This record gives sequence, C-alpha cells and structure tokens, in this order.
Amino acid sequence: MLGRLASQRLREIRQVFRQLPQVSRSFSTALNYHLDSPDNNPDLPWEFTDANKEKAKEIISHYPSNYKQSAVIPLLDLAQQQHGGWLPVSAMNHVAKVIEVAPIRVYEVATFYSMFNRTKVGKYHLLVCGTTPCMIRGSREIEDALLKHLGVKRNEVTKDGLFSVGEMECMGSCVNAPMITVADYSNGSEGYTYNYYEDLTPKKVVEIVEAFRRGEKPPHGTQSPGRINSGPEGGNTTLLGEPKAPPCRDLDAC
Amino acid sequence: MGLGHLASRALLRSSRLGASKPSHHLLRRTVVSTPELHNSEAAAAEAQPEPDLPKRTPVAGARVHFPNPDDAIEVFVDGYPVKIPKGMTVLQACEVAGVDIPRFCYHDRLSIAGNCRMCLVEVEKSPKPVASCAMPALPGMKIKTDTPIAKKAREGVMEFLLMNHPLDCPICDQGGECDLQDQSMAFGSDRGRFTETKRSVVDKNLGPLVKTVMTRCIQCTRCVRFATEIAGVQDLGVLGRGSGEEIGTYVENLMTSELSGNVIDICPVGALTSKPFAFKARNWELKGTESIDVSDAVGSNIRIDSRGPEVMRILPRLNEDINEEWISDKTRFFYDGLKRQRLNDPMIRGADGRFKTVSWRDALAVVAEVIHQVKPEEIVGVAGKLSDAESMMALKDFLNKMGSNNIWCEGNGPNPNADLRSGYIMNTSISGLEKADAFLLVGTQPRVEAAMVNARIRKTVRATNAKVGYVGPSADFNYDHEHLGTGPEALTELAEGRHPFYSTLSNAKNPVIIIGAGIFGRDDKDAILAVTEKIAKNINAVRPDWNGLNVLLLNAAQAASLDLGLVPESEKSIESAKFVYLMGADDENVDKLPEDAFVVYQGHHGDKGVYRANVILPASAFSEKEGTYANTEGCAQTTVPAVPTVGDARDDWKIIRALSEVAGVNLPYDSLGAIRARIGTVAPNLLQVEEREPAVFSSVSLRPDVKGTIGKAPFGSVVENFYMTDAISRASKIMAQCSALLLKK
Ligand code: SF4
Ligand code: FES
Ligand code: FES
Repeated sequence: MLGRLASQRLREIRQVFRQLPQVSRSFSTALNYHLDSPDNNPDLPWEFTDANKEKAKEIISHYPSNYKQSAVIPLLDLAQQQHGGWLPVSAMNHVAKVIEVAPIRVYEVATFYSMFNRTKVGKYHLLVCGTTPCMIRGSREIEDALLKHLGVKRNEVTKDGLFSVGEMECMGSCVNAPMITVADYSNGSEGYTYNYYEDLTPKKVVEIVEAFRRGEKPPHGTQSPGRINSGPEGGNTTLLGEPKAPPCRDLDAC
Repeated sequence: MGLGHLASRALLRSSRLGASKPSHHLLRRTVVSTPELHNSEAAAAEAQPEPDLPKRTPVAGARVHFPNPDDAIEVFVDGYPVKIPKGMTVLQACEVAGVDIPRFCYHDRLSIAGNCRMCLVEVEKSPKPVASCAMPALPGMKIKTDTPIAKKAREGVMEFLLMNHPLDCPICDQGGECDLQDQSMAFGSDRGRFTETKRSVVDKNLGPLVKTVMTRCIQCTRCVRFATEIAGVQDLGVLGRGSGEEIGTYVENLMTSELSGNVIDICPVGALTSKPFAFKARNWELKGTESIDVSDAVGSNIRIDSRGPEVMRILPRLNEDINEEWISDKTRFFYDGLKRQRLNDPMIRGADGRFKTVSWRDALAVVAEVIHQVKPEEIVGVAGKLSDAESMMALKDFLNKMGSNNIWCEGNGPNPNADLRSGYIMNTSISGLEKADAFLLVGTQPRVEAAMVNARIRKTVRATNAKVGYVGPSADFNYDHEHLGTGPEALTELAEGRHPFYSTLSNAKNPVIIIGAGIFGRDDKDAILAVTEKIAKNINAVRPDWNGLNVLLLNAAQAASLDLGLVPESEKSIESAKFVYLMGADDENVDKLPEDAFVVYQGHHGDKGVYRANVILPASAFSEKEGTYANTEGCAQTTVPAVPTVGDARDDWKIIRALSEVAGVNLPYDSLGAIRARIGTVAPNLLQVEEREPAVFSSVSLRPDVKGTIGKAPFGSVVENFYMTDAISRASKIMAQCSALLLKK
C-alpha cells in the first residue's frame, strides 16, 4: 500500500518536472554534421590572410616538425578569429591542409570543442556561464534578459549581425558570479578580444550590450563598483597581516 | 601467500611435469589434508578449489607466441596460473587462460581504444576495476573475472550502453549475431533504471554497401579505427562530445574503400549493416558453407551463407596467411551476380542468329560433330578466369586427345612461362610480405588487382615504415609510395643502379619486387622479366632464406592453369582457328577470329563470350561446384557447393567428360577423385589443399638469357573498374551501383 502511494507520488513529481519548459542544452552552435549552404560549403575558397599565415607558421614552429597536427587547436582558433567568429567547412579544410592531416581529423576536433562555432555568430558573441555557481547567482535571469533585450533565441544572431548569445561552462570566475564572456570579433584577428564581465545583474548586462552597440569597449572585469578584481566589497577583511613563517622552513627552529 | 598455498603450487607444478593424472589428484588431496593448511587461508582455498586444469582451453584457439622465452611472465586468472609473454594485455592473458572477457571496442587487429569499458575485471590490489583490454599484464598479477565486483561493473556498463540504445532488435539485421545482444544476455543485468527519453542520431550515407542506423551505435570507434588503420581511407570520425557524440563523416562523403564492407563485420551492434542484405534474411535461417573466393587471385577464404537455392551473403573466414579476417567489397557483394543473367539450358544458335534451347544430348552431338570436321591444329581452347583446376585439366586432356595443343587460360598472355613455378607465383607468400622492408611494384596496382595483398602491404608499411617504389601509370595508393616512372625505362635505370630509389632497395634487408600480371600481355614481357630479375639479383632479393621476387596474378584460374601447363603451341592460333572452345572465357579478344569459326561457350553467365558463340553449354558457378583453385601465392584451396546449380547446368569438368564420350575420345576419369588423381600426375602441388607449396627453384638462376629488348610503351592499368572484372561481377547490380557511385572519375 505504502509502496504504491510512494510510486504514485514519484510519478506526480516527475510529471511536474516534465512540464517545466525544457531549456535546450546545446553548447555548440551547430549540428554534428555539415549541410551545404551558400555561405558554408567546401567549394568556397578559404585561406589565411598573409599576416595570419605568418602567425600560423609561428604556431606550427612550436611543435616538432613530425607532429604538426598538434597545432590544430590554435590554428582553428586563428581561423575562427579571422572568419568573424565561426568556422566554415572550407576553413577547416584549409587547416587540415596546413597541418597535413585528413579533414575528418580536424572536424573531430572542431565538433568536440564547443568554443569552435560552426555556424555564424554575431560580431560580439556573448557567452553566458551556466554552471552551478553562476546559476545559483542568477545566470538564468542574465540570459533571459539578454535574449529578451536582443530579441533572439540562443545561438541566433541578431538581424544587424552584431550580437549572438551562447552558453558555456564555468570559466573560473565563480567568485564573481554571475558572469558572461564577450568574444569580440568586430576587428578581425588583430583586434580580437575575449573578456569577462563579472558580477552582473540583468540591468547591467543590458547596459554593457548597449555600450557595445555604440562601439564602446566597456571596462571588463567585475561590474560591482565596490570590488577590486575578486576581492571582497569594501576591502579585504581577512588575512590582513603578513603570514607567519612556517615553522619547519626554518631549519634551525626545528 | 601462505606456505600452504606455495607448497600446493610447487607440488602442482611438479606433478604437471612428470606424474600422470591420477597421481596428480592424489598429490593434491594429500596437500589439502596436511595440518599446516588448517588456517584461514587454507579454508578459503578449500572453499574455492583450484579450477579444473584440463578444462581450460584458450578462447577461440588463442595462441601464445613467445618471441623471447626470457620475457615470459606468470599471471593468475581466477587463481589459475598462466604463462604469457611480456607486453600482453590483461584481456589477452585471460583469453589464454580460457576466460572470455566481454568487449566491444577491443579488436585484436585494431589499435586499443579502451572506451567501452565492457572489459572491466578486478585486479587484486587495484582500488577499482580495470579495463583489461588496455592494461598491460604485470608479473604476478592476480586477475579476477568472476567476482561480484567484476560482475557488477559489467552490469553497470551494460546498463549505460543500453541507455541510449534503441533496443530495436526485432527489426535489426544484426539480431542474432549481435555482440550487444549476446553480451547483454550473458553479462548484463535483467533490468534497467532508465526511464527518460533516448537520444536519436541522424543516419549517415556511406554509399551503396553499408547501411547505417546510427542511433544503434555505441561509439566503440572500431569502424573509425578500421577505416583509418586498415582501409587507409580517413573518412570516418567521432564527432561531437558527450551525449551528442556520434560517428560520421561530417561532410557528405561516401566510403570509397575497397574494404569498406568489413566495417559491417566489426561493428558490434547493428549500426553498420549490409545494405544489399538488409531485411533479406535472418542469420539463423542461413546455411553457411566454407568456400573460396574467385573474384581475384588471392583466394580469400569465405563463408557463403545461403537459404535454399539462393546465396544470401558472403562473409570472410579467418585465414591468417591469406586474408586475415577481411575480404574485399567485390568478394563480399558480387554474389547477386550469381542470380542474374545465368545460362540455364544448352542452346544452339539457329540460322536466324537466335539461340534455341536444346537438350544436352543434341548440344553435345553438334559440338562433337563439328570438332571432328576441323583439322586438329585449328582447334583452340581458352579457359576463363574463374575456371577451376579440374575443368582445365579435363579441357586440356580433351583437346590434346583431339590432337590440338592450343589451349590457354585468359590473362596469361600469348606466350606464358609455365616452366618455372617461381616465375609466376608470389614466392614471398602473402603473409611473408609482412617481413619486407622495401617494395618495388612493377606495373601493378595492388589496390584494385588484389585488395587483400594491398592490405598486407599497407599493414607492413604502417608497421615497419617500409618504403614502396612504384613503376606504372599514376594510380591510387593508400600508403606512402614513390612513383618512379611510368614505363620500363625506370626498370633499366634501377637495374643499372642509376635510379635514386636503388639505394633504398639495395639497403633493404628483405626487399620485395612484385610484378603485375598485366605485363603478361606485353611483347617485351621476357625482357622486362629479365631486367627485373637483374634488379632482384643486384639487390639480393633472392636468397636461400628469402625469395622476394614475386608475380601478382590477376585471376583465380591463372596459377592453376600455369601449374597444369596450359600453354598454347602457337601464339597466333586464334587467327586461324576453326573451332574455339571458350570455357567461361569472356575477356579473350575474339575479333581476330575467322568469320566461319565455330565457337562453343561453356559457362555460367551470358556475358561477353556468348555474343560470338554458336553453342552454349551451361555450367555451374563457383558457389555451386567443388573445384580446386590455386591462389597467387600457389596455395591450392577448394570450393564447396553451397547452393544447387541453376536449371540444367552441370559442372565444367563433367560437361567436358560427357563431350569426350560423345566425341568418341573417352577421358579416363569419371569422378572427382579420379580427375584429381590425374591432376596429381601433372601438378601434385594442386592436391596439397590449404597448404602452400613454395616453388623450389628460383627463376633467377635458371632462366635462359633473353634476347629481346625492352619497349618504350608505358605500363597500362589492367583493372579499369575494380568492381567489374569478371562475368559474375559484371552481372551484379550491386557492383554496377558501386562503379557508378564509388569509382574515382
Ligand atoms: S558504428 Fe558500429 S563500429 Fe562504429 S562506433 Fe558505432 S558501434 Fe562501433
Ligand atoms: S560557474 Fe560561472 S564562472 Fe564558474
Ligand atoms: S574492450 Fe576494453 S574498454 Fe572496450
């Protein structure tokens, strides 16, 4: 009897959760297979710019000559910066050619890492951290505010091509949660920046977006006026003095 | 380890050395009852008696090979001690000990991935279960495969694997021969706790041969490793991550490998299945017949699965010396040609040019009458590329009795050298290629001529970094090679030591030269052979312990026909022939044949040879008869009938035997045994079935000096279309699809 009750209750609880709008958890910006489209197909020519060719050479020189393929991630990153924040299939093919591996080996890497975008992103790609500390501190609201303000869905680009919103995992700024990262592709690979904006509120994040729209570069880091970097508001409260020397470092003292 | 245990082991060992079994039991019993064993450990030992030693046989005949006896280590599998060489994995050690470890991603011919975790076992002193396929066995390791921890680990892994598996076995072609099905029965739990929705994955298009249902995939990556390591086509990859991970090609890419069908066999689930076989039959309805492939000169070992009179599919059979456990796509999928365009009744072409069905009696009478009307030297016989040794023997004997000696096998050229066996077989043997460290390919594109030989070369190149030099038209290779030239000049340069590649060859310890059978058709064949022999001599490729001078034949019949001495008396006999007996010969050029010549076509397919035929005698195909074939390395193997013949067709040699009687020149054999005894008098090596008989004399030392000069003409490619080389594959719809979709234009 009790058992049946319990299972009934369990089913009810499940039902409740089922009805919650399911937040789609797609980290990457594309499917795991490629579909030809006018702006993304293997026939489009793609090459590194001359400046980036030099950079690529420099990157490859970090690895032994018989392990060129080790350069795949930095080269994909370079290609992504050059191509306005995303990797068309012809760019991946070019990288494969440069490091002399079969294209599929590059596709494998590019599909594995969610920070390689395989569909178009905005000039400013806004990545909302969705991991637990940020989530507890309100990252869902931050994302909702962004999406509502920009009028897009996740991984969609605004009509003017300026913004897109994505999600990613913990960036190690949990102490300043919630935070977003702004990947700025507006100035090509030379002016590329990847900055964190921390201690956000839904209002703040919209202000930041608007600043970007105006072409400004709002100061990154914590947005809370009372904090310096990751320090507590109003200055340090603990560990104020010099630490005591550990007793056993001083061999004579032991 | 307690003293008692030690003592029992020492006694055990000594008993295994000398004593016979009864005393061994006796000894053990004495040990158990000694007072010093009355401690806790002894009680444990008693509760778990030593496993019954004689019962342990290695799984699937796993062989232990000790490259260096000093490197032997001893491990204990469930308390049972086994000696294994250093470097073996825990899983292999268990196999030697006779314990079958469940596995999905591990495959002994592929690199180790260690990503399915099904092979977890418990190892004493290790804090958690270890993946046995990736763990090297260490001396004294105590491996436990049937403890609660190991069992629970497997059940857990199985539950995870089944979480996203669709469980659609009733509509899955793999059902009944599925590793996942079998292992979940044997090692899995009988319940699962997963109630959410399952993921689904888009199916990929890999071409006309491999059907994909990617939702069933368990990401073992065997197919990816096979494609990369063995087939040498880097098309497949693991895309995405986590629960979104899937196998695919990312861009639309058909699998253009001549070995692609093998991924069907290695896929442990039903994700990759055979497209032509899809929904055709259940594997438990099929009758398996162990036979030999005839689509090329390799003689791959196959199993023909048939249902009633129909060949349903062809699978590879393990033969380490020939095809390992792979077969080419042509071998695997040309079987549907056996059902189409078959000749099933004897026919005679009437005055109006149309064929009319007649009885065997009438057909043979007509042939016998005509053959007596022509002069003996005007009789010509050509054996086709799929002929077995028995029928070639019968044909030769018959025509000889009629007074003609103009008989040959197609593909051997007008003037074959049948005198020295070493001059036309692969002397190194196919598995021997693995010892080579430099290859010179002369006018041969092994990838299309003999896919399994090519796989061996690729294996060697990958394993030992052997260098490959190639002389011939530009061709598709799936390993690194150096293109030395297109014509025979490159050979002259090599023979004179002027070519840069010469130093690679001469520095090699075991150099291998492979001459393609395509040169048999050239006028300067002897000169080319002489030059190659000179290279072989210079680079010391032919030594008592190593014969690196090889010929790679093209057709299944070739080696046996040369063994049997099917050599025409005159090179131009076909131009003056009045009576031509085509025994399945479709690729012989009959343009030069005089208008009034009478052509008999005996064969199983209405292919090219039929166009010119006056009489058709229907014969059985390789899947329907018992026949001996010698492969390119000179290993004789026999086919076994898997299905009945179609219509009124008969075995080739029986037709000729009957014809000889009608013609009044009785052949002195009327059973398979008798004709084989006759073969034994001509070529005894053809009776050494499944045992390769190496050639005794090397052609290098015995061939007379050749006068002819080398021509300028570049080497041609002999196989234009890998998927269509003989009557069966030309009749096959699947092969037609393949050549339309997969051939590189
Ligand atoms: S398709 Fe088959 S062989 Fe390939 S990874 Fe999936 S389960 Fe393994
Ligand atoms: S959880 Fe958001 S930065 Fe760590
Ligand atoms: S077989 Fe060992 S992990 Fe897959």
